[in-house]
Amino acid sequence: MSDLTPSELDKVRSILKREPNETETGIFTVMWSEHCSYKSSRIHLKKLPTKSDRVLVGPGENAGIIDIGGGYAIAFKIESHNHPSFIEPFQGAATGVGGILRDIFTMGARPIAVMDALRFGPLDDPEWGDRNKRILEGVVGGISHYGNCFGVPTVGGETVFESCYNGNPLVNVFALGVFRHDEIFFGRATGVGNPVIYVGAKTGRDGIKGASMASSEFDEDSKDKRPNVQVGDPFMEKLLLEACLEAMRTGAIVGIQDMGAAGLTCSTCEMGSRAETGIEFDLKLVPQRETGMTPYEIMLSESQERMLIVAEKGREDEVFAVFKKWGLDAVTIGVVTNDGMLRVKDHGKVVAEIPNRELADEAPLYDRPHGVKAYRPAPMEAPEFASRDLNADLLALVGSGDLCSKRWIWQQYDYMVRTNTVAGPGGDAAIVRIKGTDISVAMSLDGNGRYCALDPQEGAKLMVAECCRNLSTAGATPVAATNNLNFGNPERPEIMAQIVEAIEGISEACRFFDTPITGGNVSLYNETLGEAIWPTPVMGIVGLMKTAEPVTIPFKDQGRTVMLVGGLGSCDAARFGGTQYAKVVLKKMWGLPPALDMDYEKRMQAAIREIVNDGYAESAHDVSDGGLAVALAECTVNGIGASVELTTALRPEFALFHEGPSRILVSTTVPEAVEEIARKYEVEALRIGVTMNRGLRIGDGSVTWVDSPVDRLKQVWEDALAEQLVPVHA
Amino acid sequence: MRFGVVVFPGSNCDHDAWYAVSHNLGHAAEFIWHDSPTLGQVDAVILPGGFSYGDYLRCGAIAKFSPVMTAVREFADRGGLVLGICNGFQVLVESGLLPGALLRNRQLKFVCRPVSLRVETINTPFTAAAAKGQVLTVPVAHGEGCYFADDATLAMLRHDDRVVLRYLDNPNGSLDDIAGICNEKRNVMGMMPHPERASDVLLGGIDGKVILESMIHSFSVAAA
Repeated sequence: MSDLTPSELDKVRSILKREPNETETGIFTVMWSEHCSYKSSRIHLKKLPTKSDRVLVGPGENAGIIDIGGGYAIAFKIESHNHPSFIEPFQGAATGVGGILRDIFTMGARPIAVMDALRFGPLDDPEWGDRNKRILEGVVGGISHYGNCFGVPTVGGETVFESCYNGNPLVNVFALGVFRHDEIFFGRATGVGNPVIYVGAKTGRDGIKGASMASSEFDEDSKDKRPNVQVGDPFMEKLLLEACLEAMRTGAIVGIQDMGAAGLTCSTCEMGSRAETGIEFDLKLVPQRETGMTPYEIMLSESQERMLIVAEKGREDEVFAVFKKWGLDAVTIGVVTNDGMLRVKDHGKVVAEIPNRELADEAPLYDRPHGVKAYRPAPMEAPEFASRDLNADLLALVGSGDLCSKRWIWQQYDYMVRTNTVAGPGGDAAIVRIKGTDISVAMSLDGNGRYCALDPQEGAKLMVAECCRNLSTAGATPVAATNNLNFGNPERPEIMAQIVEAIEGISEACRFFDTPITGGNVSLYNETLGEAIWPTPVMGIVGLMKTAEPVTIPFKDQGRTVMLVGGLGSCDAARFGGTQYAKVVLKKMWGLPPALDMDYEKRMQAAIREIVNDGYAESAHDVSDGGLAVALAECTVNGIGASVELTTALRPEFALFHEGPSRILVSTTVPEAVEEIARKYEVEALRIGVTMNRGLRIGDGSVTWVDSPVDRLKQVWEDALAEQLVPVHA
Repeated sequence: MRFGVVVFPGSNCDHDAWYAVSHNLGHAAEFIWHDSPTLGQVDAVILPGGFSYGDYLRCGAIAKFSPVMTAVREFADRGGLVLGICNGFQVLVESGLLPGALLRNRQLKFVCRPVSLRVETINTPFTAAAAKGQVLTVPVAHGEGCYFADDATLAMLRHDDRVVLRYLDNPNGSLDDIAGICNEKRNVMGMMPHPERASDVLLGGIDGKVILESMIHSFSVAAA
């Protein structure tokens, strides 16, 4: 059975100049699946900026690479494992981690950090709540299992709950690795006559056609797709990592690529296509853990922890010796040829013969209709509302799913292994130092499906700005990005319009903030029973800084001046409809996302970087979801509170909870120094209060809006997630 | 002083221990591969954290059969200093070099966080440079760190002053808040917390250094 459309099948016939057989049809089906070929998004992805002086390798390889100075480089990328994580949360998430780690170390880099962007349905959803809890527990358990055993720290991420993710959770995993410039490897099968070597785990029937499963919607029968989910073995992956890096050091390896989506098929044809060579191999030589597998099954298996290596002819034994030391299979299965063909044999008989380039790079491109308005799940007009109790509103917000502490999750991740974690989970940005240099890499993941649902383009720009702001708050300069585009069915024009608009927003903002996209992933068909998720692009942006002790979120001492760099911002009723206040307190959504002035944002970020790096900020925290009051509450978790007076014409709900961008809270002993830097960059820096013992009080000079003991705020914020999660029964 | 850091397949804190000794303390450190029948010229051995052999059967249960463990046992019998950290503690317990067992955490989940430890005795080469009762902040990161022993063993450990470190905020349900114990000769210690992760100001603290410094101090006293 073929999942190719009639016109795609015609294209296959014209490439082969004959009818494809069953194996060939399977090969084309997975390589031309949405997941592998990006056929619906590729023409739009071309708009993204991809170059800068730092970019050494851009999109198209297994991961992007940028120069970080001192002879070092970093490789990083984000990838989704959404569909598998719904069907089998633990293994789906675990193999998501495994897959992206292989993308990093196949380039020669040692993975030193992982982050995860997670989206679940609400835990208190009347219909889906229990299932959402099981999915969350499974996903977190899977990430913990795989990353901890492999020995890579999970240093940050974000977790968001919305009803649109009922039945369609998102698991986007970002990984980053480090190496020296002369240690970079590519997935290229160069050198006619060179041996093609299979290393790592044996091939089984797991994950067959996983790539095409990830390219369709879910329906009532989705549970039958469980065998399509792969099973991960982080111990095997750890051995594979060490063996690959050691084998690379022998100098005998010419090219290397992991077997991820579409397994042996994808790795062979992509390596051949990149090098403009052919690859011929025999399936009988492929290590197998099951008997009686057909060529179709071997070619399409997505068994984990496998790599394909092209070695220099005559030096195979050097590669074999390393893999033997680590107790792993390594066998020559074929050879690089000069005819550009992927020629698959089974006991000498040719079972598939396809030109590599056409298979890997000539997938059909679709300019799917999008000339309609992007689908909007909310009205434009704002409802009437007035707060009854601002104190209660703040408590409700800090205890809500999106804003509460995620300690319950990240405490299950080893966030310190490899002793590089300068700033781990729970901060605005995560920071890892690069040993042997004075350089640290800061990284942040961000996405806001709520903003993007209201306006995909503006939402995408806000996301990029927020991600960069997180890095700047830590003192790091944003330098490059990776993105994961999670959307519904692109064959629906109102969904395709969301995709196109979001890409335009990312493109514009990444250009403006000088953060080129070096790679990423597109996950479409995120729909269950005809309901699409909200448009949920996720950004991972990396920044560079000099290694130093981090400036963290909590206030450190009493009597410090609390300042709002960037000012109070602006808001109106329409721009309040995408806030957490609207979601949590009013249980509504309307209007537009907050307004972003990118030019002001960029100047404000330059200012905060200087303030932080000059040592003027004792604490620093970006104001984002939940607005100023929530950000202030988060600054009090170490027990130091604040008394804050806001001089503003905004109504109290807006002043406290609007989510206008370009604002950072700092506490300082030298407010004049902060003001001077702000003046230099022509941004506001307001003295809004003073830190004090035990309480958080916010008023407007005459009226007190919020007055809460910090212990109470902290308790609600810390305990909210755990209280919802125990106990879970099947 | 020269430390040897054993590398089992699946060890993943081997490099961290090596880095802490060589960079944070300025002493020599080398890796010892698991199938090595000898330890070479080392003055102390660290069994590092990680997931030796994937820890699929039972933590440390396969590692105890590694050739290097025969050499480690002989080294310990001769009075050499052996420190097992996290998975290394599990390996020491499985090997019978230390009594008791390490079970799954009471909450059945992996836990990674800084914990407060009290130094219960300074009568070991691993705590000689600390003060009795000193409180150290050192991270844990494990799924199976719940120390368990039968009543007789526990009574013996207490009686012989072999409970070296106790948790003040027990993260895993360990019996009697035990975080680290030593053998009868006091030259082998196992601890679940990671001192190598708390030996650099940049990473949030240096309380773990006193364990490694004690080893260095004790070795130099013994050698003098």
